[in-house]
Amino acid sequence: MNLLQACLLVSSALFCIGLVTALSRSNTILVLLGIEIMLNAANLNFIAFWRFSPAGTAPATGVIFVLFSIAVAAAEAAVWLALVIALYRHQQNIRLQEATRLKG
Amino acid sequence: MNLSASSLWLIPALPLLAAAIGALTPRGGRSLASGAAIIAMVGALGLSVAALGTALAQPAVHLTDNFTWFSIGTDAVRLGWLLDPLTAFMAVMVSFVGLLIFIFSLGYMKEDANFTRFFCFLSLFAAAMLGVLVANSLLLVFVCWELVGLASYLLIGFWFHKPSAAAAAKKAFITTRIGDLGLLLGMLWLYHVRGTLLFYDGGNGVLEPSSLALLSHGKIAGGIALSTAIGLLIFCGAIGKSGQFPLHVWLPDAMEGPTPVSALIHAATMVAAGVFLIARVYPLMLADQHLANVSVHALTVVAGIGAITALLGAAIAVGQNDIKRVLAFSTVSQLGYMMLALGVGSWVAAIFHLLTHAFFKALLFLGAGSVIHAAHHEQDMRRLGGLGKRMKVTFATFAVGMMALAGVPFLFSGFWSKEGILHAAHAWPVSQLPLVAGLIAVVLTAFYMTRLVAEVFLGSPRSDAASHAHENSPVMTVPLVILAIGAVLLGLIGTPAWPWLQSNLGGVVVPAESIFEGPGLMVLSIVLVCLGLGVGWALYGWRKRRDAFAPDPLAAAMPGVFAALAAKLGFDEFYALTFGRLNQLLAVVADGLDRWVWGGIVSGVAWMGEALGTFDREMDESGLNSGFDAASEKLRGVGNAYSRAQTGEAHGYLRTLAVAFVVLALLLLLGGVL
Repeated sequence: MNLLQACLLVSSALFCIGLVTALSRSNTILVLLGIEIMLNAANLNFIAFWRFSPAGTAPATGVIFVLFSIAVAAAEAAVWLALVIALYRHQQNIRLQEATRLKG
Repeated sequence: MNLSASSLWLIPALPLLAAAIGALTPRGGRSLASGAAIIAMVGALGLSVAALGTALAQPAVHLTDNFTWFSIGTDAVRLGWLLDPLTAFMAVMVSFVGLLIFIFSLGYMKEDANFTRFFCFLSLFAAAMLGVLVANSLLLVFVCWELVGLASYLLIGFWFHKPSAAAAAKKAFITTRIGDLGLLLGMLWLYHVRGTLLFYDGGNGVLEPSSLALLSHGKIAGGIALSTAIGLLIFCGAIGKSGQFPLHVWLPDAMEGPTPVSALIHAATMVAAGVFLIARVYPLMLADQHLANVSVHALTVVAGIGAITALLGAAIAVGQNDIKRVLAFSTVSQLGYMMLALGVGSWVAAIFHLLTHAFFKALLFLGAGSVIHAAHHEQDMRRLGGLGKRMKVTFATFAVGMMALAGVPFLFSGFWSKEGILHAAHAWPVSQLPLVAGLIAVVLTAFYMTRLVAEVFLGSPRSDAASHAHENSPVMTVPLVILAIGAVLLGLIGTPAWPWLQSNLGGVVVPAESIFEGPGLMVLSIVLVCLGLGVGWALYGWRKRRDAFAPDPLAAAMPGVFAALAAKLGFDEFYALTFGRLNQLLAVVADGLDRWVWGGIVSGVAWMGEALGTFDREMDESGLNSGFDAASEKLRGVGNAYSRAQTGEAHGYLRTLAVAFVVLALLLLLGGVL
């Protein structure tokens, strides 16, 4: 088992943890936390494939992807935090199962 | 003082500015509108005098300043300004006579409610007329030419509430338009052949030798040279504008306008524009003269038309009773003289007569205006009379104008310019008929002017208006005096003893007495003038008219002839019966075509459209609608099914996503892609 495979295993594990968190928790913040973990699993994959690609084929591509991804995730965090606060004001809790009144 | 060709545009621009000011001035701003107009004319006069100085420094040179108006593809339409002695003399005359008439109008139009409008139109006219003079392109001449026509229309119809004035304005506009169509065609043809309409353009203009050679070599059908055809088409415009036979009918009717308008536009300046135009394009008219194998020379036609007009106008003037109509037909006749001079090859004599005529005819019209103003708009000379004692200044100046027009020898300008024309006609190698026509017109002119003066100023008043008439204020009499002085002195610049004008106008020095071929012809014409004056005095001066209803002495002597002349030889009736009838017939035919043929086609198409529409609606309602309704129901069912999947529960969505992810991963793994 080489280092790339080890990295991929770690990221798979992270992804599964994130997925389970997102599906099983009812607290909105924790659901979003799970989503963030899945996102970071994908970021780890980017870095791993970039690091172990043959020399010269992908100059800094993976790093740039990840930087963008982190930046977008940060912006997104600001949005979901605001959403969560709005949700709390609306229904006095942040249980995701109860936030069903926006359906079309 | 000097003025270059590039600043020549200022001359028409000043009156144009005054017209704009007049147009924007409310009715009450009388002194602003008239002041602007008069100041602009003074400016234009100053600039014209400066231009004359420049032109006289080198009279043989045509100073030009050309510029591009706009370009289409590789073609550029170019316009320009032209300064030569012809332009300069005309500009000085127009702005000087115009200025005096503007001042006269201050008095004449004093009581008119639309005083500002009048001065606005007068300034517009002056701008357009000066534009005709300074233009170096037939196109620019044409534009200004039409503007002059517009101003003439507006001013003839100035009292448009009078039906006769409105009709006269319309008649003038339409009649001159017939001539202008010829001018337009000539212009287009010239542009087609030469690709430019500039008169002088450093060797490329249409009036320069290379172009003239090209034009006179080209032939169209019937042995007519190209230059002849184009020249005659341009002459059509001059026929219309200068009231030449057969389009002279509008000019007498134009007297419906205010009298200063008649003086400025329909006697001194605008009607002379045709003469000016022919003088301007004279090299073109002359281009076919050296050709022997052509069927007609352009100038022969010009001479013929001029001779007919000179004779006809003078004859009809004998039979008129309205002061202004006598003068109008006299103008027609004098313009005929000018055309005759152009035709027989002496454009310099034509322009000399144009200049002197402008002064004495403006004087006569303003004198008539003074009489009309004093006699409360009584224009019928049978109802006037005895005004000589009451209006001394008007009488004296009018008499000067009358003697200048009649050609009383030696002292008056009209004599010298008319002699120039008669001598030129005598020297014409083609025919002596124009000379004969001119000499008969000399007798008639002296006769009808004697009749006019005797009827209006001598004898006893024959109506209340005439017996209460009194002399007008100085604002009206001073221009008369100035014009009278001009009518006498202007002859001095063109006598055979000192042909200063002739030498400077053409740029070729004319030696003294070379335009004078001995006393024979001059003595003959003096005798004829005396004959006309004598017969006129015998009929009208010796035994003066007693009352307004007494028959005319000439009518008693020759009733048939007098009746025909009084009816203007029936030209109006003839045109009404031929062209008027033809026009009505065409209108009826066009109306019928419109109503039945084209209208029928349009109605048929409309009916077909309606039928198709009805058919469509039936098809829609019976066939297509139910099919679409069924399809819509199905779509709605599918939509309902999908909307049930949208629960609004985020976990549900996440679950679906996860399952889909797993399924995708399994597919990829089992499919062997990874």
